[in-house]
Amino acid sequence: MLLDVKNLNVYYGAIHALQGISFHIEEGEIVSLIGANGAGKSTTLRTISGILRPRSGSVHFKGEDITTTPAEQIVRRGISHVPEGRKIFAPLTVRENLEMGAYTRDDPDEIQKSMDRVFVSFPRLKERLNQLGGTLSGGEQQMLATGRGMMSKPSLILLDEPSMGLSPILVEEIFNIIKEINSQGTSILLVEQNALMALSISNRAYVLETGRIVLEGNADDIKNNPQVKSAYLGI
Amino acid sequence: MQNTLVEQNSPPVDLKPRMSLAWVGKAFLIALSLLIVYLLGTNLAKNPSLFANIILSGLQMGFVYAMIALGYTMVYGIVKLINFAHGDVFMVGAFVSYYLVYRFNFQNWPALFFPDMPPMVVVVIGTISVIIIAMIVCVLLATTIERVAYKPLRNAPRIAALITAIGVSFFLEFFGALNFVFSPRFIPYTRPFEVVAWYIDGSGIHSIVAGTQPPANAITFSNIFLIIMIVSILVQIFLQFLVKQTKMGIAMRAVSYDKPTARLMGINVDQVISFTFAIGAAFAGLGGVLYAIAYSSINTQMGILPGLKAFVAAVLGGIGSIPGAFVGALIMGQAEALTMGFISTPMRDAVAFAILIIVLLVRPTGIFGEPENEKA
Ligand SMILES: Nc1ncnc2c1ncn2[C@@H]1O[C@H](COP(=O)(O)OP(=O)(O)OP(=O)(O)O)[C@@H](O)[C@H]1O
Ligand SMILES: [Mg+2]
Repeated sequence: MLLDVKNLNVYYGAIHALQGISFHIEEGEIVSLIGANGAGKSTTLRTISGILRPRSGSVHFKGEDITTTPAEQIVRRGISHVPEGRKIFAPLTVRENLEMGAYTRDDPDEIQKSMDRVFVSFPRLKERLNQLGGTLSGGEQQMLATGRGMMSKPSLILLDEPSMGLSPILVEEIFNIIKEINSQGTSILLVEQNALMALSISNRAYVLETGRIVLEGNADDIKNNPQVKSAYLGI
Repeated sequence: MQNTLVEQNSPPVDLKPRMSLAWVGKAFLIALSLLIVYLLGTNLAKNPSLFANIILSGLQMGFVYAMIALGYTMVYGIVKLINFAHGDVFMVGAFVSYYLVYRFNFQNWPALFFPDMPPMVVVVIGTISVIIIAMIVCVLLATTIERVAYKPLRNAPRIAALITAIGVSFFLEFFGALNFVFSPRFIPYTRPFEVVAWYIDGSGIHSIVAGTQPPANAITFSNIFLIIMIVSILVQIFLQFLVKQTKMGIAMRAVSYDKPTARLMGINVDQVISFTFAIGAAFAGLGGVLYAIAYSSINTQMGILPGLKAFVAAVLGGIGSIPGAFVGALIMGQAEALTMGFISTPMRDAVAFAILIIVLLVRPTGIFGEPENEKA
């Protein structure tokens, strides 16, 4: 098991955002986390990457307990979190943003290789290397955020709404890129509003409702579940 | 449709008071600039060499302020804190060098180990060692202050850290003024090397023999002036390189913009903040030693006015901007020297703070600053 989340309880002050959720990810999987706005999807990712501390419960990664490990060290263990809303460093150039993605790494040649790989996925970024992150279009920023998340060479990447604000063609493209990243050996935890798309590339999925997991299973089964269909897929 | 209606019905934002204020401010500034240009012009015409000497003394102060202002602006850039204890770190730098030179004759250490070393080389190496030790002490002091006094308040309202900074500043000044620490007296500073001065007149550059006066219409300058100018410019270039080109510098900018996301990249935010304090303190310490050598008197309160003026310089240049701090500091040096030369010496400090008030009224973001981001 690559990631094992057990009985997580997370609070924002008095708000009980995650109410004892448990799930896991196997090596090589794409797992989707779907749910309505405010269900706690982003909170789950923030807790895994160490930005939030759970009040109780545990997160194990590659067999090690990382529940209280600081965020900056969790990246070094191999988890990369591409946060909701892109969170590009606006005053840094595209190149500098990518370099910050590789902050935990030292070998310049290896970093350059990763950067070249990002350019294969997102050729647009290569054209804009010296442009400031804040001046990119929304879609370009999303590409940069995803590319930056790849730069730490993670074994697990947490993607929070990677298709947000992208045109339909780009949405298709970004899902292809996610599949490609996965096929090169990176496991993926995917949070998406576009549940149908997400499910179509996932192995398994969990459905989150107000801080609890209410349904889990194979992506195909979830996709065909009548309740999910009416609530999240709009079919 | 509904939305547009609501927008049309809402009262238009009233811009008038701000616009008229800006207009008054502009008119005032134009009048002030004309007056200044007139004053400077007549004085330049009256006595060009006096004018040049005043500009040079302003440059010397400005280059010292630049070394202090960098620390204000970098720390503000990264933690949004005006570190009022920064001027006192400058003072500690001067005192450390004083003890090293006066008590321990430390600038002579190379001669003890290498008796054959030429005296000139001894002085250079010795002085550099004194400066480096002063810088190290300042770095330790500032990073300790950061850890003990500011870090616990990082998530508190900004005003809490600001008040703490003022408290730390008073503590350093009055603790330093205790008799068994630095004492409250003005202490004549023993220089690690002799100040040599030159004058330029129509016939070239001549050195000034100690105890004699240069001719009336000569332009004079000293070795310490040259050192301060060169060092301050080198510091500026170094920082520009650090912030633009190195991984640490890019991380500093990332942390300054968005701390949680910086952590997601694997950046240790606490470490980067400590590093920023350390860099600022190192250059404040360096400035403190050079200031003491140039003006040859030290006191535990010596950091207050240069510190405040460097702070005004940072605001004038656009707080958070490194080139801004440098340009602001040079302007402050000139404002002060010209006031001393052509208006009156006691006015120098009043002018410095008048500049602060004018900047805050007319262009609070300073020369290089960008208007503050609404969401930040
Ligand atoms: N910083 C915060 N302070 C207080 N409450 C918060 C905070 N962040 C999130 N919440 C609350 O926690 C709950 C879960 O939020 P979360 O952002 O995890 O939802 P989400 O599933 O990602 O939603 P969305 O699809 O809209 O992004 C929500 O009710 C939200 O209001
Ligand atoms: Mg979310």
